[in-house]
Formats: sequence, C-alpha cells, structure tokens
Amino acid sequence: MIAAHLPILQVIIPLIVAPIALIMRDSRTVWVLTLSVTWVTFSISLTLLIEVLDSGNIIYRIGGWAAPWGIEYVLDKVGAFVLVIVSAIGSIVMTYARQSVEAEIPDDRIYLFYTMFLLCLTGLLGIVITGDVFNLFVFLEISSLSSYVMISLGRDRRALTAAYRYLIMGTIGATFYIIGVGLIYMMTGTLNIADLTVLIPSVSDSRTIHTAMAFLTVGVCLKLALFPLHLWLPNAYTYAPSVVTAFLAATATKVSVYILIRIVFTLFGDVNILEASGLQNILMTLAIIALFTASTIAIFQNNMKRLFAYSSVAQIGYIILGLSFASQIGIAAGIIHLFNHSIIKCTIFMGLGCITLRVGGVSVKDMCGLGYRMPWTMAAIVIGGLGLIGIPMTVGFVSKWYLVRAAFEQGMWPIAALIITSSLLTIVYVWRIVETAYLKPAPKNAPNIKEAPLSMLLSSWVLALASIYFGVNATTTLNIALEAADSLLNGGLK
Amino acid sequence: MLTKTSILRVVSKLLIPPIMLFALYVQFHGDFGPGGGFQAGVIFASAFILYALIFGVDNARKVAPAWLTRLMLAAGLLLFAGVGVFTMFLGGDYLDYSMLSKDPHAGQHLGINIIEFGVGTTVAGAMITIFLIFDGRLRAEKKD
Repeated sequence: MIAAHLPILQVIIPLIVAPIALIMRDSRTVWVLTLSVTWVTFSISLTLLIEVLDSGNIIYRIGGWAAPWGIEYVLDKVGAFVLVIVSAIGSIVMTYARQSVEAEIPDDRIYLFYTMFLLCLTGLLGIVITGDVFNLFVFLEISSLSSYVMISLGRDRRALTAAYRYLIMGTIGATFYIIGVGLIYMMTGTLNIADLTVLIPSVSDSRTIHTAMAFLTVGVCLKLALFPLHLWLPNAYTYAPSVVTAFLAATATKVSVYILIRIVFTLFGDVNILEASGLQNILMTLAIIALFTASTIAIFQNNMKRLFAYSSVAQIGYIILGLSFASQIGIAAGIIHLFNHSIIKCTIFMGLGCITLRVGGVSVKDMCGLGYRMPWTMAAIVIGGLGLIGIPMTVGFVSKWYLVRAAFEQGMWPIAALIITSSLLTIVYVWRIVETAYLKPAPKNAPNIKEAPLSMLLSSWVLALASIYFGVNATTTLNIALEAADSLLNGGLK
Repeated sequence: MLTKTSILRVVSKLLIPPIMLFALYVQFHGDFGPGGGFQAGVIFASAFILYALIFGVDNARKVAPAWLTRLMLAAGLLLFAGVGVFTMFLGGDYLDYSMLSKDPHAGQHLGINIIEFGVGTTVAGAMITIFLIFDGRLRAEKKD
C-alpha cells in the first residue's frame, strides 16, 4: 500500500516534520529528526528512480482527482534523477551539519534553521515531482522564502542585505514565472504540464504565448543565476552559514535548471521553441559569456566562498550551454553536469565550512599553510577543485567530454575550443588555492588547530570520493542522463 | 499607546467579540460563499491586533504568548497535512476527502472544512506573530 504513495510521501514527510520541529525546539532533537527525514527522503527517491527506470513514468493523483482537473505528481527519468540529487545532497549535508550549525547560528535560532531547512527541502522536492505549473510556483515560493531566511541567519551582518537582495531578485523571478503561467493559462485553459504539451502547439504562434515564453525564461534564469542575472548569488553564498551555502549551491540553482528544462523541452517540446524563437542563440551566448566572465572574476577573489560562488555562475554556464545544443548528447551533458557539479560544489563548500569552524574565516590569509594544518579537509577541497577543472578520472571530465562531443556533433568546433579554453581559467583559480594552502607558510602567530570533527570530514569525503567514483565509472549516471535526454526529446511526460 | 482615550477603549471592547465571531462565520461559511481559512485567519488576528493597539502589547502578549502563537503556526499545518495522511490510511489518495465519510459528498464537505480550519489557525498565528515581532524589534532598538 505504501509503495503507491511514495511520490506524495517524498514531499509531505519533510513538510509534516517541519512544524513538529518548530514545536520541539530542542536543537539536538530537532537535528536528529531532520537527519532522519533527509535519509528517508533519500531512500524514497532512490526507490522511485529505480521504479521509473524499470517501468516508466509514475503518476500520482492528489485527492483522487484526475488531471487536468486535479493536481497530479508525475515523475519521469529527468525528474527522478534530479530528485535523487536533491535528496542525496540533503541527507549528506544534514549528516555534516550539527557542529557547523552550532558554531555559526545562535543557539536560540537553531531549531528555526532546521525548520527552514525542512521547508526548503519540501519545496525543492515538490518542484521536481509536480506535474502542474501552478503547484510548481507554490513549491518555488516555499523553497525560495525558506532559503532567504536560511541565508539571513549568517553570522556576518551583511548576510541580511545579501538575503534581502536575493529576496528582491528571487521575487521578481517568481513573479515573471507566474505571469508567464497566467498568459499560458489564458490561451490554453489548463495548468497541467502534460496537457499543456498537447495544447500549446495549436496556439504557439500567438503573441501571448511568445510573451509568456519570454517571461518564463527570464524568470527562471533569474532563479538559476544565468549571467547576467546572477547578481544575487555571490553575496548570498558568501555570507550564508556554511551549511546553507553547501546545500543551496548544490540544489537550489540545479532545481531551477530543472524548471528551465521542463519549460523548454516539455511544455514547448513539440514546437521546438529553442530554434523557433531564437532562444538557442541567446542561451548559448550568455552561457559562454558566463564561463569566461565569472571564471575571470573568480580568479581575483580573496574570500574563498565568494571565489567558488563566482565559479558556480561559470559552471551553470556549462549546464545551460549543454541544454542549448538541444541534441540528445547536449542535453545529457547538461543533466550529467547538473549531477557532477552538485557533488563537486557541495564537497568544496563543506570543506570551506570545516575551515570556517576551525580557523574562523575563509579568506586567503586564513588559508595559508592549511594544507599541513588541516590535511584531510584541504585534500577534499583540492579533489573538488580538480573536478571543477575537468581532470580525467574526476566527474568534471565526463561532463566536459560530453559537452565537447555535443559541440563537435553539430560542427560547432569554435564552441568546443571555448569550452576547453575556459577550463584554463578554472585551473588558474584552483591553482591559487593549492598554492596558498600548500606552498605558503602559515603565519607565525597562527593558533594551533585541530582537523575538523569526524562527521564533517566523513561527509565531505563521501562526496569527494563520489566525485572520483562517478568520474571513473560514469556508465550508470551517463546512461540515466542519456535516457532522460532521449525521453525529453521524444515525448516528455506523455 | 491609546489607552487613555476611553471612547476607543469602550468601542474596541465592544467590537472585539463580534470581530472574532465574524471570523468564525467567514471560516465556516467559506463552504457556501466567499470566505475561507485565509480570510478568517486574518480577521481573527485583526481582533488581537486591535486589542494590542488599544490596551498595549504587554497585555496582548499575556493573551497570546510566544508559545501559543508558535503552536498555532505549527498546529494548522499539521492539521491540514494530517487530514491528508489520514485519508491515505483510510485507503484513498493523499487529501482524498471522499474517504472521510460513507457518503463521498459529505466527506468532501467535512474534509474541506477541516483543512480550511487548519489554514485559518496558521494564518491567524502568523499574523499575530508578525505584528508582535515588529513591536519587539522596535523596543529592542529603543533600548539600544
């Protein structure tokens, strides 16, 4: 009986535990509760992924109402894969979280943090699993509002302005999205994604639908921080508590990319919107500018969190670049990089969280000589860095290999060259970290510090090792990504 | 503080009970006419806010202490989600109200009324909390 309800349980378990956490208040109990919820959602999403791969799409009707009247939850291969990414990162981040949260968030607010974390998880999982564009908006707001709160809990007072800025930009993004949905509803009279896929082709030449498409794309690109709409991201990642940065960097923007995938390849899947509207060129150009601009800015940053925040903007460029090819290999490259970048960035930000806990900051001067004082933490960060560059045997290589292949497949060799050149910029900023941590001596008056606590180290290392494992043995993830891309191009949710 | 103006005190004392009653009317009449949990919650909270404006926030806090508003926030959501889970245990889908009674029609009525009550509780709790927290901040700033 319970197996049939897994799609809804995935979303409502964190939703129900959030108010319970609010009532419990004791920070240790609430952490244990949150931890178990994240692992439960992770196992549910794995079960769902296996089921989708074995026997096709899963549909769940809320309240027993059939679509398009009721809200249905639909899970296809892309959705199931993203669901696993989000819940896996959630469970590992929570395993890591306790000490870091106790150190960075005032005691009397810790339970609020966990409540917000659970709501954010609910929102992110809900966005992925829902088959209804308005329900998606609701989940988008749940996840966004809770992430603003989580960012504002940072120790630095600048966290408040960062969160406020994200709130303004995020709200504009969500508003654009809902305007787009409104316009589409005006033309089709339905909000169900599968239904829209069928109805949109007959009205796709109208100006209303074109306007809707513009609103949807710009709104979602704001949320996923595509250059030049990324301005909220660097400060938000820099001043948020370490745990929040690790979680949001690996999930929030990725889920927004998922929304873009749904809009472009599922909602407008039958009208080949990328080419028809010229969106393909726009996305491709912006993605390539993002690779170079953001990586270049990253090189000159002194705060490591800010450095990797800019690096995230560049990496989102790779994902969008992959999608903009609109070919099976291109989309697969985008999806696989979604997974790979989540692992890499989460490793790095968790490593930086360990450093914040022991040293107190993550500026270049805090990092001097850390390679010998916190060898395990630094090693994890370096493995993450190698993945960002795309060294063979790491996950980054797999993504870049497929991106280059996708470019060659369409005869766009200048783009392949640009992808490889942009990796050189990544080498520069990763090398800067290696140089500071291993080749510069620690300052003389540096206090004696211990390695980070075991639970934090282990979680970072699980992901670091995963980034090597999925780099060496990429068959599983690649097959899922290729199949997902194939199902997106041929039918989507139908 | 407007405590010294006796007209305001008397009038608001007269008004607060009908406001709360009206909130309940909007709550339970939402089934047949305009209304529902959100509006009812806001109206109910406005009775508290009026009380706080006229009789002072300290007195209002005695009626609605932090633990109570926090409980209201959580309980409403739990009630809503709980109904959904309950219908699952009865053998239906999540939020399938038809399961709540032998007659599906009556079940739908019952279900929507219960979840709307949950919405009302949470919204009232949220509105009161927001108002009282803003006041708390003002006072914290005055102390600095």
